[in-house]
Parts: sequence; structure tokens; C-alpha cells
Amino acid sequence: MKRFKKILGGFSIYSITFISSFLILLILLVIMINIIRGGWSNLTWEFLTTPPREGMTAGGIFPAIFGTFFLVIIMSILSVPIGIISAIYLSEYASSGSIFVKLIRFAINTLAGVPSIVFGLFGLGFFIQFVGKGLDSVLYGNAILKWGQPNVLWAGTTLALLTLPVVVVSVEEAIRAVPRDLREASLSLGATKWQTIKKIVIPNSLTGILTGTILAVSRGAGEVAPILFTGAAYFLPYLPSSLSDQFMNLGYHIYIMSTQSPNVEETIGIQYATTLVLLLLTFTLNFTAIFLRYKVREKLRTGR
Amino acid sequence: MENIKIKTRNLNFYYNKKQALFDISMDIPEKKVTALIGPSGCGKSTFLRTLNRMNDLIEDIKVEGDIFIDGVNIYKDNIDVVELRKRVGMIFQKSNPFPKSIYDNVAYGPRIQGIKDKTTLDEIVERSLRRSALWDEVKDELKKSALMLSGGQQQRLCIARALAIDPEILLMDEPASALDPISTTKIEDLIFELKMNYTIVIVTHNMQQAARVSDYTGFFYMGKLIEFDETRIMFTSPKEKQTEDYITGRFG
Repeated sequence: MKRFKKILGGFSIYSITFISSFLILLILLVIMINIIRGGWSNLTWEFLTTPPREGMTAGGIFPAIFGTFFLVIIMSILSVPIGIISAIYLSEYASSGSIFVKLIRFAINTLAGVPSIVFGLFGLGFFIQFVGKGLDSVLYGNAILKWGQPNVLWAGTTLALLTLPVVVVSVEEAIRAVPRDLREASLSLGATKWQTIKKIVIPNSLTGILTGTILAVSRGAGEVAPILFTGAAYFLPYLPSSLSDQFMNLGYHIYIMSTQSPNVEETIGIQYATTLVLLLLTFTLNFTAIFLRYKVREKLRTGR
Repeated sequence: MENIKIKTRNLNFYYNKKQALFDISMDIPEKKVTALIGPSGCGKSTFLRTLNRMNDLIEDIKVEGDIFIDGVNIYKDNIDVVELRKRVGMIFQKSNPFPKSIYDNVAYGPRIQGIKDKTTLDEIVERSLRRSALWDEVKDELKKSALMLSGGQQQRLCIARALAIDPEILLMDEPASALDPISTTKIEDLIFELKMNYTIVIVTHNMQQAARVSDYTGFFYMGKLIEFDETRIMFTSPKEKQTEDYITGRFG
């Protein structure tokens, strides 16, 4: 009896852990199947390359795709370099015990934990009302409203704030993973600290840096809340061409189609297809990250 | 007595508040092999790493006293640590080749110093690999990754890499402790060759190794230099009881 209980106990722990893990796979599968089934038939070349028509109940989503890319590029330009440079400072130069560094780490962790809608409100209050309006009054004496309104620049900036801590943390982790041996070897050969970082630390952590950055960017690309008040448009008859233009966005498009459309039933097919496009976009980024990781690892292994 | 290359005077070393070296005064002769022996944690590696200021990388350390190399105090403020490390090469316990080709590993130091000319680099690489007795084994595969080499070859590659910047002193921190007997013999033969041109300081746990390769031996215990003398004297008639006990294997 005791033995039976023991076997049962072992078996049930195994089952619980297995089922829990399997559940994750199952959830992903259900989501994917649902979205692909609903969206696949609407995913045509026309859908991807034309703007919405007839009160957004027909046509495509090209402006939303374009706007999303525009936004992500601005966000990346702003957050990736600063994130990587800060991570290098934190892991290579800063002394871990100093109050300043502790303060920075505290700020990063807090920033990472702030709900994304708060970033949106902050963007509205700070970038648009304060910075934007300030710029307008300095540049044009308040004669025209150019920067003091929602646009792709402020949305990208707001989104950059959201992704910045993720970039810093993942890049720092990647840099710290470079063995101490290699740094010491480089320094013992008369290399300066910066030469060591440039020639040894960064090349050997490139995998992690790229992966971390791309994952952070892909996370930012799917966010809607931060751009709600800072630049995303319900519908635009033109494509954004300057930083002071508003833009359409895939995530936001799904949101308005499912909540703001006069005829939600009619747009279900479009919603599914838009969701599928958004998912494909993030998956592409994630797979790029995985592919790069594989490539660089291969390169490190063979030294070529 | 020979020329003194490295001279330490009343050297004290602290990690945080914990003192790791006590009042070390030692004269290390030029173009000889000096072995540092002693039980784990006795401070011999710490001492070795003060000689090229490798300990500077650790936070919260304090150094008191003086170290002179060729009469110049290397702990004075105006010393360029990078210049110092070009003169004082280091071989680590665990071989640590860069994940690059064999060629690029050896050429790393010269390139850092700004040498770009292909012919010059080729010459340096060949000369360094010959000096570390690795040339014949790798000459046809210089473009291959250093990580493909065996442990012993990797360690000799690290020696070649250190030799490529023409140091005057080589610090070796248990260079053979992770190697098999055959590779160890090769490293020891190499040390014997190298002392014609270089001042070598080697930390070792292996008593026989110290006896085989070194001209002078220093015995460290609990952060103090207990005894320092010619190796043949240390191993036949040590003056201190502790040295004798350690060498004969009665403790440690």
C-alpha cells in the first residue's frame, strides 16, 4: 500500500508538472488556430496593400502596417542605442556598490513595472503638452499647432520609454555572461578597458544583445496603451510622411474595429486578419532573434 | 647574486577590510624562474596579481607598500597600467583563448598596439608560436578556431599570445594545473626554454613542479612570505620548520 502511494505520488507530481507545461503549448495552439482560421481567408495581397474602404468595413490595412513600422523604427532609434550604452555603463564601468548605480537599477526596475497606460498618460502630459507645446511657442509663437499634438514622434518616444528598461536589462545580462577570463586575458595583453569592451566583450555578447534588443522591440511593437493618446489615429486618408504626422497602427486598429466600429459584426473577418498580421510581425521579429542567436553561436563555436 | 627584476617592499594587500598579504618583501631575480608555493588561500595568487596590477579590477581593494620593476614603483599614480601590462604578461590557470582563430589570438596584442601590417603580424605570430612550441602542430591551420585545440595546446597558445607583445616578465598562475601529465611536461620544458629571455614567476601547487622548473622558491603561508631562497636550498635544507613541513607533505 505504501509502495503504491509512493508510486502514485511520484506519478501525480510528474503529471501535474507535465500537464502544466503542456497547458502552455495548448493555449498557444488554441489562440493560433482560432486566429488563423478566422483570418487566413481574408489575408490577401489586396488586404495588405490597400487602405480601408467603406467606413472601414472593407478594404485593407496598409496604412496600419506602414504606421506600425514607422512607429517601431522611431522607437528603436530612440531606445536601442541608449539602452545598449547604459547597459555597458552598468556592467562594465559602474561600481556595483555605489548609491548612484543602485538608484539607476531601482529606476530601471520601477520603469519596467509601470503599467503601459501610465506611459501613455505621461506621454500626453509631458511630451505633447509640455515639450510639444513648448516647442510650438518657441518655434512658431503659438501661431500654429505642430508639435503640441499627438504624432508619431511622441508616440515613438513614449514607446521607447517603455522598452528602454527591457533593453537595458537584457543587454546587461548578455554582457555579464561574457566570461571574466576573456576580459582578464585581454587586459593582461595591454588592452585598455575600452579596447577590451570593443574587441572582446561586445563581439562575444552580440548574440544576447541582438536577441534581447529584438525581443524588447517586438514587445514594444505590439503595445497599444502608450500610443492611445500620443499619436495613433482612428483613420487617416494619407500615410504619415513626417514626424509630426499621426499614424494608424495594427494594435490600435484591432481595438477600434472591435469596440468603435458602427458595425462590429461586419468587420470580424478584418479583425481576425489584422490580428494575424500583427502576430506574424511579432513572430517574425522573434524568429529573427532566434536565427541570429543561432548564427552568432555558430560563429563563436567555429571562430569564423 | 643576479640582477633583481622585481622588488617588493612591505607589501600589504586588503580585500575589503580583510588583509590577504602581510608585509611581503621579496627580490625576484631577472631571467630566472621563481616559484611561489603554499597551501590554497595563502595569498600566492593574490601576490602574483599585484605584479601586473590585475587586482585593480576588483572593487574595494587596498594596496600598501611598494613594488619596483626595474627600480620603478608600479603603484605610483603616474604609472600607466596598460603600459605595465605590456611588459608583464600573464598566463592564467584555466587556459582562456579568445573564441577567434589561432592566428587572431596571437595577433590580438600586437593589433591592440596598432600593428596592422600583414607581414609584420605574420612574423610575430610565427615567432610567438615557435617560442611556445606550438608552431609545428598548428602551422597549417592558423585560421582554425582556437577552441578546437586540446587543453594543453590552448595553454601554449595563451603563452604564445602573451609572448607576442614581447613582455619582459611572465606571470603564470598554476598554468599546468588543469592539464594531463604529457601536456604538463611540455609546459615545463617550455618554461625552461623561456627563462633564457624572460623573468618568470610561477604559482604552483605541485611541489615536484616547483623543484623541477624553478631557480628560486618562495613559500607563502597565511598571507606571509615564510621563506624565500634558491630552490635547491629550499628543498634540501629549509631554514623554517613550516617550510619543511609543507615541502615534505606534513600539512597543506
